[in-house]
Amino acid sequence: MPTIIEIQTLVKEYPKLTAVKGIDLAIESGICFGLLGPNGAGKTTTMEMMEGITPPSSGKILYKGQPLGKQFKEECGIQFQHTALQEFLTVKETLNFFHGLYPNPIDMDEIIQTCALEAFINNDNRQLSGGQRQRLLLGIALINNPNIVFLDEPTTGLDPQARHNFWDLIRSIQARKTTIILSTHYMEEAAELCDEIVIMDHGQIIAQGPPKTLLHEYFDTRLVKIPQSDLSVPIEELGLEAICYQGWVEITTNNVSETLGQLLQLNINLNNLHIRQHNLEDLFLHLTGKELRL
Amino acid sequence: MKRFLAMLHARNLEFIRDRAALGWNLIFPVLLVIGFAMIFSNENRELYKVGVLGEGNHPFLESRYVQFIPLDDKAKAIIKVERHQIDLLLSHPEKYYWINSTSPNGYVVEKMLIASGGEQLSKGTVSGKELRYIDWVIPGILGMNMMFSALFGIGFVLVRYRKNGVLKRLKGTPLTITEFILAQIFSRLALIVTVSVLVYISCDIVLDFAMHGSYLLLLLVWILGAFSLIAMGLLVAARLHSDEVAGGIVNVLSWPMMLLSGVWFSLEGAPDWIKFSADLLPLTHVVEAARSIMLDGAGITEIGNHLLFLVIMTLVFLVIGVKTFRWE
Repeated sequence: MPTIIEIQTLVKEYPKLTAVKGIDLAIESGICFGLLGPNGAGKTTTMEMMEGITPPSSGKILYKGQPLGKQFKEECGIQFQHTALQEFLTVKETLNFFHGLYPNPIDMDEIIQTCALEAFINNDNRQLSGGQRQRLLLGIALINNPNIVFLDEPTTGLDPQARHNFWDLIRSIQARKTTIILSTHYMEEAAELCDEIVIMDHGQIIAQGPPKTLLHEYFDTRLVKIPQSDLSVPIEELGLEAICYQGWVEITTNNVSETLGQLLQLNINLNNLHIRQHNLEDLFLHLTGKELRL
Repeated sequence: MKRFLAMLHARNLEFIRDRAALGWNLIFPVLLVIGFAMIFSNENRELYKVGVLGEGNHPFLESRYVQFIPLDDKAKAIIKVERHQIDLLLSHPEKYYWINSTSPNGYVVEKMLIASGGEQLSKGTVSGKELRYIDWVIPGILGMNMMFSALFGIGFVLVRYRKNGVLKRLKGTPLTITEFILAQIFSRLALIVTVSVLVYISCDIVLDFAMHGSYLLLLLVWILGAFSLIAMGLLVAARLHSDEVAGGIVNVLSWPMMLLSGVWFSLEGAPDWIKFSADLLPLTHVVEAARSIMLDGAGITEIGNHLLFLVIMTLVFLVIGVKTFRWE
């Protein structure tokens, strides 16, 4: 796959802070690329530099091998983390407005259908629910039939059902081979949608690759979890690699049978036991020592 | 052009549906004009006004209930008689007096003059419709409404757009700064001119004020005036993020214009530095040009300097505004 967007030694400095500290990336065309990190990691700044919204302090951003320019603006779609819409317009009028800003926009009916906007197409923008609003914003981001779409935390604040509906929309964009740059702090979302991810912290990339490859690279163990309240002995006496986290005792092991045997010997109640593989959240904790949603 | 039209249409829809703003733009000036008409409908009419040219001691000057106003320009003084601004003009050097043949007050004051005795004076008559304060003030009120609509309509809207992220979103599209700004200007221009025309018509139906000049020329003054005031609003909003700061600056600009641009009272007789300051304000030129057309029937040559000034100001504001404008 050819590279659609490439960033070289990208730096963003503010008077009292360096938000992005010289990162390099090459994103292949047609993939869903995830940008993960806690608040303040520099992912929104990185996204906005890639979108051409925020000028970098130094470094280069190339779209199809060229600096960002008119062609990029005509071929990219953007959904910001916080986007205000013009007041007093209906959903249809808002779409019409953005439709008029591009030389080769997509057919309006197609965008209405793709983003499931029919039910509230004549509603005032101010009357939309969170999920409806995000679908409209996605519709706006897709109105120019873009080659590349930037989605900055598009599901933040949505209820689980609305989030899953939105994932279906993103999958439909993926099916068109449109490149998606997705910023999120929901690990499940990244695992579901992304072909490749980078994890950022303190303005730097600390890990990069396909999610499964990264997990395989960092973990060959399983996680055994029991409620802290079921633990009848002090954690130090378990003799296992264990930590207490959010009311649970998490035991990392590469031999689940042996670990369960040890727990039974200690007469620990295993009725509420969980066994699972490591996920991206664990990877992030492992790499940074922080939770993603701070 | 397609992008400009899309932006223009969206902005127009937004404004038309903002009923509070639309209502305020239409109702406020009408209420103001009607309020003034009511306040000044009984302008101390028991007091007669006589203009006096030159020095003299005619016994008529001792008359009670008459205000004698010294004047020095005969031509302008006669215009005041024509407009009923004074009831009689007395010229000592020429031993002459003028009254307006259609003025009841003039008829009464003439009787008082004859009854007072003294030196025989020759009589001259002029005719002309009465100029009321409302006739004089209406070009100012329309200009003031134009100023508020331009400064607040453009200044506040752009700052709000910038603050809530609308401009940031538009920056991510192919829309250029020039296209965006022109759409804002033409949307507001259409609104201001339409509102001014509607307010003019509705007030004229009720008050039947003076209009001696060309309607087309008046429209041209309004268009150029609105353009320059909108460009001024754009300049204010070119970079600001804060409503409070924008409000402060708009007030700093609008209050001097309201006081010095001849909206409510003439600056005739004011110190030269005040007149000079007033001449730097676009509203002064809008009001003076409109007043000259409406009251004096002035043509394009008489108001040419005002129009030129408005064009220059518009270009200066526009160039600086576009150069300094930031989406974020």
